[in-house]
Amino acid sequence: MNNGIHMKNIVKEFGGHRILNGIEIKIEKGEIFGLLGPSGAGKTTLIKILTGQLTQTEGEAELLGTDTRRLTDREYSRIGMMLDNTGLYERLNCYDNLLLFARIYGLSGDKPQEALKMVGLWEAKGQTVQKLSKGMKQRLVLARAMINGPDILFLDEPTSGLDPANARGIHRLIQKQREKGTTVFLTTHNMEEAEKLCDNIALLCEGSIVEYGNPGEICRRYNHQNKICLSLKNGKQILLENDSNGAWQVYNCLKEGLVEAIHSTEPNLETVFMELTGRSFE
Amino acid sequence: MDGRKISAIFKKQLKDTMKNKTVLIQFIMFPLLVVIMDHSIKMEHMEEHFFVPLFATMYMGMAPLTSMASILAEEKEKNTLRVLFLSNVKPMEYLIGIGSYILLACMLGTGVFAVTGEYKGRELLEFLFIMLAGILISTLIGAAIGAWSKNEMSATSISVPVMMIFSFLPMIAMFNNTVKNISRLLWSGQINRFLNQLGTAGMDMETVCVLLANGAIVLFLFGMAYKKSGLA
Ligand SMILES: Nc1ncnc2c1ncn2[C@@H]1O[C@H](COP(=O)(O)OP(=O)(O)O)[C@@H](O)[C@H]1O
Ligand SMILES: [Mg+2]
Repeated sequence: MNNGIHMKNIVKEFGGHRILNGIEIKIEKGEIFGLLGPSGAGKTTLIKILTGQLTQTEGEAELLGTDTRRLTDREYSRIGMMLDNTGLYERLNCYDNLLLFARIYGLSGDKPQEALKMVGLWEAKGQTVQKLSKGMKQRLVLARAMINGPDILFLDEPTSGLDPANARGIHRLIQKQREKGTTVFLTTHNMEEAEKLCDNIALLCEGSIVEYGNPGEICRRYNHQNKICLSLKNGKQILLENDSNGAWQVYNCLKEGLVEAIHSTEPNLETVFMELTGRSFE
Repeated sequence: MDGRKISAIFKKQLKDTMKNKTVLIQFIMFPLLVVIMDHSIKMEHMEEHFFVPLFATMYMGMAPLTSMASILAEEKEKNTLRVLFLSNVKPMEYLIGIGSYILLACMLGTGVFAVTGEYKGRELLEFLFIMLAGILISTLIGAAIGAWSKNEMSATSISVPVMMIFSFLPMIAMFNNTVKNISRLLWSGQINRFLNQLGTAGMDMETVCVLLANGAIVLFLFGMAYKKSGLA
């Protein structure tokens, strides 16, 4: 039995319009997987198919070894979800929001406390959701998604609209999931986030996967320039060939004490996406 | 069907209503009003506890219907319902959890009416029984409206006229014969008729038939809304 997520040739059409076009991805247990794409690419649609909220037009997907069209209580109790719309009870406080789900899952009474502490909201446990900042709400949703100790976590744009400090907080929580062996499926249109967190990513553009793999490897694969870039103390930059001739020049610059920094010219995911699709990301 | 989940929903709703003034006022307004009116307005030739069956009918036609509709529609609008379903709660578990909460709240209100009306013995039993039946039908209509509507606004725009018909027709029936005949075909009209002769005649065939027919129609409409809503 597989404990991950397997997709085979997933096609989804809405009224004859093709939104997903033959998606084929395998996500292993314990992997942090990132689905990247501009808004409207079909990311949320794919999550909905994988979690049984939508049925695909063609193809097959398996979650925890079960066809996603036939998920039962057994699978749902093992997954956690953070959807793009929060779905919190605005008039209830943080604690009561989690207590409801602890009761639904039949968990022990200390789970809400544990979850609130994990996301750093224990101090705010008595505050009504209405009065929380966006970042706090997002953390509360994450706590709710993780309260049942899921084997698979779906996070749909977990940091969209958050400032960098709050986003880093969410990143740390996601990284902690790695230690627990949780499989994480996250979507984002933030390239840096994906490079930082994910074992593997897929670039989704107009319903098709245009690139798949480890983010570092993808960037190296698109390093056509293969050059070394020196930033000099006088503010100039020089590009050198990545060969013995270049090495001599680096040596000379270093000897004369001119060098401020040395970079490679590997592209980042953003430039890879541009190269593949001819369009920018945001 | 899982009792644990039903009770979790029930407890959630109990806490939420305490902070939700629009729903809370539905439960409290008529019981409060009947206590005040019953004690303050006493005219000659007026039957004793004149206001009790009148307001009890309105309470039954309004409170369960509007609160059920607005709770359900709000949960759809704010996406909390979807999160519940994705956490393994079945639509029926949800509806029973909320419905039993409304039933309890409205039966507490009914208790206030019973005390104010000084019902005893057989009268009391008949009163509680007929109110329970009316509250059930009213809750079911509310659930149908809530399931049908996309958001709270549209639920309100349907539930207000519907509840007006059910709660005010029996009252207007006192003054107008045509309305009286229409009102006799409605569950709330029959319940009002029954409330006005508590303990004297028992339930006649007309009341039983109208209640059963209304119940069946409401159940059918609810089934349609339930299917259309994607809850099923
Ligand atoms: N229920 C639906 N009916 C019709 N079109 C839809 C529906 N849901 C999504 N779409 C369309 O599918 C495309 C992808 O949407 P979505 O998966 O939400 O993208 P993303 O999450 O990547 O921003 C969009 O063009 C959107 O308009
Ligand atoms: Mg989306």
